[in-house]
Amino acid sequence: MGTIVTLVVNGLAQGALIFLMASGLSIILGMMGVINFAHGTLFLWGGYMYVWSYYAIRLRVVMAWFETAVPVTRFGNILTIQGVQLPPGETLPFLAELVIFIAALLVAVGFVFVMGLVFEKLFINRVYGRVPAQILITLGIQVVFTDIVRVIWGPNPFPIDRPPFLNGVSVVGTARIVHYNVFLILVGLVIAVIIHRILTKSRIGMVIRAGLQSPDHVRAIGINIKRYFTIVFAAGAALAGLGGALYMPLVGNVVSTAGMNNQILAFIVVVVGGLGSFMGSFLGSIFLGLMGVGIAMTVPGLSVVANVLIMALVLMFRPNGLFGLAVSRAD
Amino acid sequence: MQPLLKAENIVSYIGPYTILHDVSLEVTPGEAVVILGRNGAGKTTFLKTIMGLVHTRSGILEFDGETLVDKETHVIQRKGIGYVPEDYGIFDLLTVEENMRIAMWKEDAETKARCDWVLDLFPDLKLAYKRFAKTLSGGQRQMLSVGRALVNDNRILLVDEPSKGLAPVIIQTLAGALKEISRTTTVLLVEQNFAMACAVGQRFYIINEGKTVESGTMADLIQNKELQAVHLGI
Ligand SMILES: Nc1ncnc2c1ncn2[C@@H]1O[C@H](COP(=O)(O)OP(=O)(O)OP(=O)(O)O)[C@@H](O)[C@H]1O
Ligand SMILES: [Mg+2]
Repeated sequence: MGTIVTLVVNGLAQGALIFLMASGLSIILGMMGVINFAHGTLFLWGGYMYVWSYYAIRLRVVMAWFETAVPVTRFGNILTIQGVQLPPGETLPFLAELVIFIAALLVAVGFVFVMGLVFEKLFINRVYGRVPAQILITLGIQVVFTDIVRVIWGPNPFPIDRPPFLNGVSVVGTARIVHYNVFLILVGLVIAVIIHRILTKSRIGMVIRAGLQSPDHVRAIGINIKRYFTIVFAAGAALAGLGGALYMPLVGNVVSTAGMNNQILAFIVVVVGGLGSFMGSFLGSIFLGLMGVGIAMTVPGLSVVANVLIMALVLMFRPNGLFGLAVSRAD
Repeated sequence: MQPLLKAENIVSYIGPYTILHDVSLEVTPGEAVVILGRNGAGKTTFLKTIMGLVHTRSGILEFDGETLVDKETHVIQRKGIGYVPEDYGIFDLLTVEENMRIAMWKEDAETKARCDWVLDLFPDLKLAYKRFAKTLSGGQRQMLSVGRALVNDNRILLVDEPSKGLAPVIIQTLAGALKEISRTTTVLLVEQNFAMACAVGQRFYIINEGKTVESGTMADLIQNKELQAVHLGI
């Protein structure tokens, strides 16, 4: 029983991370018709920007707080990521740690949002409706910007810490509940509620739902849909960036291959859940997260096979995904 | 009087295909003009060309003296061109109300009044107001499409075959509504249903194989059985 609770919490936490990527990917593909292979890079940049700014801000706060604190070089390069050793027995107050964490998340998400804006304006903008060109250009972005990460922060993985206040484990009966996982689940739920409200209650949401069906008809009622494309792409980027930022402390390791791995999961969710379907990406992410930990626990060797198998089965029997939109695109 | 809409020797294309070869037409303010022609003649393509959804290769296309060529669709629409597409262009994932609201240029008292007027014109829409549009019937979609194009203060209304696929009763309702609308708004109507065309139109153009081949007053066309037989298959 305890193991099952532990697994479910882990699986839901994985699902929450996948959802952050998949929700953006799904709407970008469904509404704009853009197959975005650069999504993983945005995730990766979110992760590195978070780690970099977290350590940079924390170092400065700690050095200002304690005169005897000692910087510890974790990893040196152009944008050095440098930890800090607090004086023995000392800690930063919770509030300070919280502010540092949130500030770092904001830096990461803001940075990736701007990356999304720039990508859309410079590259994606030119390839609407041209799928082969989209694949080439987004794959190109993926390769180049992943390499830029490696140039700046090096190709090797390096360990990082979780914020201290999220670092605990509670033992409930025989279940081990990792606090960070609970935090991820909460973030996932909050983001899901926000996205759902935007989609159902706001004008942007109305335009997105309309655009999922037919961008041309949206233009024909006097709406500059390209402006919405830019916003949606950047918002999707920011969500992926948030996913990356939250992912790194979870695994405790910063790796430049994290983007590609998570992108594949997100694509599977989009296929399984159905293009542009909010419910599809939500439930699909939970499903994939739970299945992932279940399989990793029972037959670890099968996890990749299982994911691809699920995708193939869905494509065979429900080509529009399990929650495919009940609309057919008009153009 | 200066024409509100003017097309001269329009050539337009979709991808590698040239669809319109030579279309010329004028609509003066206050008129109701009908475009007739067989299936595949290029009527829909002409309306799409006006809306910038199909590209113009050559020719003059002007609205109120300003060129529409190479303008973006939303810019063209905002000049005051309401468009009712052949496939209705209704958004299934939006409610009827949202389908109306998304099209509003602004949500002021005048728009609200026009919206109420539309709901009185099509009581079906009022009944289904909060429902998702995917639950609407074909006739209701057509009403929503026409109604939606009327929420703004348009200067002209382009309507593409509103009678297509609809039952005779509904066609009558729509013909009545369009007649009513044409009292206050300039209308350019594509229509193959001759009764509907006669009920609404004052002048006509016939498009055949991407070219305007005939034009005149509706009264003339009603007399001219030969013309009807050649181009309309009546
Ligand atoms: N996307 C497209 N690609 C290639 N050819 C097209 C495309 N759309 C339309 N056509 C062709 O252009 C011609 C004109 O089509 P259009 O839809 O304008 O005819 P129409 O007069 O509206 O006919 P109908 O009365 O059947 O609606 C047709 O021969 C059609 O096959
Ligand atoms: Mg047509």
